[in-house]
Amino acid sequence: MNKSVRFQLNGREVAVETSPERMLLWVLRTDLEHTGTKYGCGEGYCGVCTVLVDGRPERSCQFPLAKAEGKSVLTIEGLSRGGRLHPLQQAFADHGALQCGYCTPGMILRAYGLLLRKPDPTEAEIADALEGNLCRCGSYGRIIAAVRAAAQALKMKVVDHETR
Amino acid sequence: MKPAKPKLRNGDDEYTMFDPRGRAGGVSLERREFLKLAGGGLIVVFTVGEGLAGQEGGPRGSGGYPDDPNAYLKVGPDGRVTCFTGKIEMGQGIVTSLAMMLAEELDVPLASVDMVMGDTSLCPYDAGTFGSRSTKYFGPPMRLAAAEARGILVGLAAARLGVAEEGLATKDGAVYAIKNPMKKVAYADLVGGRKIEVRLEKKPPIKPVAKHAVSGRPTPRTDARAKVTGEAKFAGDIRFPGLLYAAILRPPAHGAKLKSVDTSEAGKAAGARVVRDGDLVAVLHEKPDLAAEVLALVKAEFEPSSSTLDNANIFDHIRQVPARSDVVVESGSLDEGAKLAVKTVEASYYAQYVAHAPSEPHAAVVRIEGDQAEVWASTQSPFRAQQEIAQTLGLPPANVRVRTPFVGCGFGGKNQGGQIVEAARLAKLTGRPVQVAWARREEFSNDTFRPAAVYDVRAGLDAANRIVLWDYKNYQAGSRSSQPVYDIPHKRVLSFGGGWGGGEGAAVHPFGTGAWRGPGSNTNIFATESHIDLCAERAGLDPLSFRLANLTDARMRKVVGAAADQFGRSFAKAPTGRGYGIALTDYLGTYVATMAEVEVDKAAGAVRVLRIVCAQDTGEVINPDGARMQIEGCITMGLGYGLTEEVRFKNGRVLDENYDTYEVPRFSWLPKIEVVLVDDPDLAPQGCGEPAVTVMGAVIANAIYDAIGVRMGTLPMSPARILAALKDKG
Repeated sequence: MNKSVRFQLNGREVAVETSPERMLLWVLRTDLEHTGTKYGCGEGYCGVCTVLVDGRPERSCQFPLAKAEGKSVLTIEGLSRGGRLHPLQQAFADHGALQCGYCTPGMILRAYGLLLRKPDPTEAEIADALEGNLCRCGSYGRIIAAVRAAAQALKMKVVDHETR
Repeated sequence: MKPAKPKLRNGDDEYTMFDPRGRAGGVSLERREFLKLAGGGLIVVFTVGEGLAGQEGGPRGSGGYPDDPNAYLKVGPDGRVTCFTGKIEMGQGIVTSLAMMLAEELDVPLASVDMVMGDTSLCPYDAGTFGSRSTKYFGPPMRLAAAEARGILVGLAAARLGVAEEGLATKDGAVYAIKNPMKKVAYADLVGGRKIEVRLEKKPPIKPVAKHAVSGRPTPRTDARAKVTGEAKFAGDIRFPGLLYAAILRPPAHGAKLKSVDTSEAGKAAGARVVRDGDLVAVLHEKPDLAAEVLALVKAEFEPSSSTLDNANIFDHIRQVPARSDVVVESGSLDEGAKLAVKTVEASYYAQYVAHAPSEPHAAVVRIEGDQAEVWASTQSPFRAQQEIAQTLGLPPANVRVRTPFVGCGFGGKNQGGQIVEAARLAKLTGRPVQVAWARREEFSNDTFRPAAVYDVRAGLDAANRIVLWDYKNYQAGSRSSQPVYDIPHKRVLSFGGGWGGGEGAAVHPFGTGAWRGPGSNTNIFATESHIDLCAERAGLDPLSFRLANLTDARMRKVVGAAADQFGRSFAKAPTGRGYGIALTDYLGTYVATMAEVEVDKAAGAVRVLRIVCAQDTGEVINPDGARMQIEGCITMGLGYGLTEEVRFKNGRVLDENYDTYEVPRFSWLPKIEVVLVDDPDLAPQGCGEPAVTVMGAVIANAIYDAIGVRMGTLPMSPARILAALKDKG
């Protein structure tokens, strides 16, 4: 049964008329044409499809649209502002923390969720938080370094803001 | 078959650049030759393959290219440089390294280079992107073409500026007078309004490596921005108006034939279209998830597969199945070697099937309009796909345009792509554009696995502990890297079977097999380098000293020395629970020496790789950062086939269909990785995408032996196998 489901996508109100039982991944990719969120395994094992829902990382292939009602969804398309990369995106690029790039959106959003909870994670905490996200190109070490660097950059930004 | 000459079918003089956003907008296509279409500018036509590539240091005739000029380079009226290449970008980084080679030779900023990749209408024929060949075979002739273009630009500038060519130099996309740098003219001004076509026939002088300012410097990936913002398009992201998504009925096992199918329930589902063409039964829908949902309503019966093979009996089968044998190398006499030997070491080694498990499953979109087909595919071989689709649709190949957006890993698994033909068939049947994107379970089941294989090795040592005998047979692995790097007077290496693809019409494997990153080599090196360790032990020498005592190749000795200097030269000697290992390879001209430290939990049989040092000589390195990324990726991927990755199967059915049971490396596995790039700028660039993965099984096996005194003869070295081996040892 179709229903109108409303939520915020990258800060904008959207309404989708479809079955609320469908998984968010497919609604994002097909109905809303936000293809930055990728399909990886369809069963919640690889983390490639990770998005943030109200600040929490969720596997969008296992997240029914109905649960997004009234919530705020952040995908990779919503991370940069006015053409400026988010410090996490910049750090991934600077540290070569990607090769084929397919797992990158999910990896960045999982890391974003971590930094919201824990702004200054250790390497072990980063690895632990990202354990469920697979990268077949083997960029794990560089991803950890990138998240550490982004955490530092964000901290500096906060300091910068406070002293201004 | 002679490949079709590249035809350009865009209607106007605008051609589409390799566009990470992947605009799929329609263009009216008509046939035109490249040179007509390329419009104004300076075009250099050159040949990749025989000839110049051979002169540059690559083995002659091994690039897989036709003989006629088949590659283009353009300096446009705006001064931008464009490389047209049939190669594709799947993470290996040539989108950056090839552009760096052009920027270097032409003296333009890296940002002024555009890469047009894997588009059969715009790019010259290319056999495919595999074998770590892009930088090695495509790079050098492209660099010569760039040098030729630069020479022509300098010639034009000489006339324009009234300065002799000897008095001119190039920088930042302009030619200037050395004595008066203010006197200069931009490439754009030299080329603008003209049309200059040259064919590269002589070898122009190129810049010496010592003068390189771009090439050889660590450089961030040029595609990073598109990939961190989600703008980068993969095949599954391409949209057309009216696009339908397909979900395809699959047999439960390989070799299971469709007996009957009832699509009546599925046919009633709203918005769904069910089509059947022989064994191809598919549901098409405007939403991919709903297509899959409706497919579940299709009732089908299959005959059981006749395959009786499984993981337990596969090795006996592989040894027994009739197979052609190829002599890979033979020198001296095995009888003579056996006479000289005072110690003989014999063992067999085994490797199970392994999946590619690319991050991005196979996907393709096909749109047919009139007698033209446009295809976007996740493929390593766009020109092969073009031929397959032309055949499927009954069109001339020139009417089929295959375009390759970013590809999310390949590793050899995307040389073949059944999804492309499926999408073409369904597009023809429905009259609509169709996307086929394999679900992960389809990806595992339809993969062309690394073949299971068997190795029998007999070696002999003389009284001075020199290897005097090497009798090596592999069954179904393929011959690559089966030739030992050591000095052995009496040796013979035989390779049985049709290689990693199983050969023509062979019923060796219960499912498809094919190239898997470093094909053949991974398991040949596992057998060879494990056996060398056995020999070292019999000789009473440590694994490093024994290798060096049997190795005179100066280049390899330098690489081994670099690894040992970084890692340390001591071995633990069992059984301390921690151990060190070493393994070497010459992978198609790239030399690798890797050393490992592992920790083994004897109660659980679990192995943890703590540290990897990899020294690699790849010849001239174009992008050291890119090379390191590839090597780190090889090491990480190697942990998987070394320790856990194995495709379980029974009666034609693949039992591991997702990451819950098929265990690939993850964050918690990450060892300390130290990469040493051994400086060798005088050697032409060699391949880098595969070599370092090929030693990983062996180096882990050797370190496990050092840790617990157990020799693991089968890949992967899973906890169950380690526990069993410990029990056998008693």
